[in-house]
Amino acid sequence: MLDKTGIAKRIAKEVKDGYYVNLGIGIPTLVANYVRSDIEVEFQSENGVLGMGPFPFEGEEDADIINAGKQTITTLAGASFFDSALSFSMIRGQHVDLTILGAMEVAENGDIANWKIPGKMVKGMGGAMDLVASAENIIVAMMHTNKKGESKLLKQCSLPLTGVGCVKKIVTNMAVLEVANMGFKLLERAPGVTVEAIKEATEGNLIVEGDIPEMNI
Amino acid sequence: MINKKVAHVQDALKGVSDNMTCMLGGFGLSGIPENAISELVKLGVKGLTCISNNAGVDDFGLGLLLQKKQIKKMVSSYVGENDEFERQMLSGELDVELIPQGTLAERCRAAQAGFPAVYTPAGYGTEVAEGKETRNFDGKMYVLEHAFKADFAFVKAWKGDAAGNLIFKGTSRNFNPNMCGAAKITVAEVEELVPLGALDPNQIHIPGIFVQRIFEGAHYEKRIEQRTVRQRD
Repeated sequence: MLDKTGIAKRIAKEVKDGYYVNLGIGIPTLVANYVRSDIEVEFQSENGVLGMGPFPFEGEEDADIINAGKQTITTLAGASFFDSALSFSMIRGQHVDLTILGAMEVAENGDIANWKIPGKMVKGMGGAMDLVASAENIIVAMMHTNKKGESKLLKQCSLPLTGVGCVKKIVTNMAVLEVANMGFKLLERAPGVTVEAIKEATEGNLIVEGDIPEMNI
Repeated sequence: MINKKVAHVQDALKGVSDNMTCMLGGFGLSGIPENAISELVKLGVKGLTCISNNAGVDDFGLGLLLQKKQIKKMVSSYVGENDEFERQMLSGELDVELIPQGTLAERCRAAQAGFPAVYTPAGYGTEVAEGKETRNFDGKMYVLEHAFKADFAFVKAWKGDAAGNLIFKGTSRNFNPNMCGAAKITVAEVEELVPLGALDPNQIHIPGIFVQRIFEGAHYEKRIEQRTVRQRD
């Protein structure tokens, strides 16, 4: 079984040379730390920066330079700042190559829910609805089950949706899966996790074809 | 030069009254019109509808207006950092319309640019699209979202001049340029009001035509919400 860092490391392998990448809050943010150093990638943050760098050194924080999680950041050579409308032109206009975000639930048809628990948590969707409605290449980073041990990979989402039929790939602490025609197609197993255990933790239809390799991290 | 300069924040907010709709720039606490917000608190205007990506934190930004119950309705994309907000929303005291962040930006921009509405794919098939017109373009579904109608837009820039020209800094730019000219009256507050001619016309982000009033803010706290740093090796 992977931890959150493990999930981030596995997703980092999906980031290719020349990609513009939008990272959501949480596990996705960690992905930036594990991208191969021999490829060129630029990270976009929807509040208006392309070419995000690491966190600043203490004493060098600037209130005017933050990421979408409101954290202080730095920029790399070649970076640019822009307004919110232009930022979402990059996203809606499909200029961003890869979107990585978290989810509370994913359904076997690619629906995703990650912004609201009625009566409990109402924080808002931020940029998530724009991202999932437009991105060609969306990877969901999440734990396979919730804190109660219930599956987050469902036949149908129970929470209010963020987007319909948009998720293509999911990387969890147990597996790498692809949203296929009739369910979640199992691509890889986390180290030490059996197909049986993944089946057990997946409420939606799990498609298993042939031998499922273990992830290489 | 058409002079947009006003001496004080008091002059800049002349005409603001109860039940108006205001746009306020900023993402989190970055790039918020701190001086306009303080003045709105002082004026004590009530029943405001505020269009702003976030709702501040409990004791800063729009949280100050929420504390005094001056806001009737918030139109935002993310409101996760404010307990008082959550309390007022769950108790029904505050009306809240949550919309996708890109839609928020584009509804501002549409108002600025003279478009009555725009089609966006964001929110299709979700509760955000309920009751809205949808349409198929080339096999993909879109939702019709209307331009905002607002009385005042309060924006914050880094530098400006008496002509109303503005330059923003870093990610404090965010929604501020999109709100300029998107309301009946745009009030810009700047950290530095520079002499006319000091700004290079090539570098101006928002031309003065979109701004009706400009003033230099008396003080900026520029609070950091999530101070994150790395260790030196």
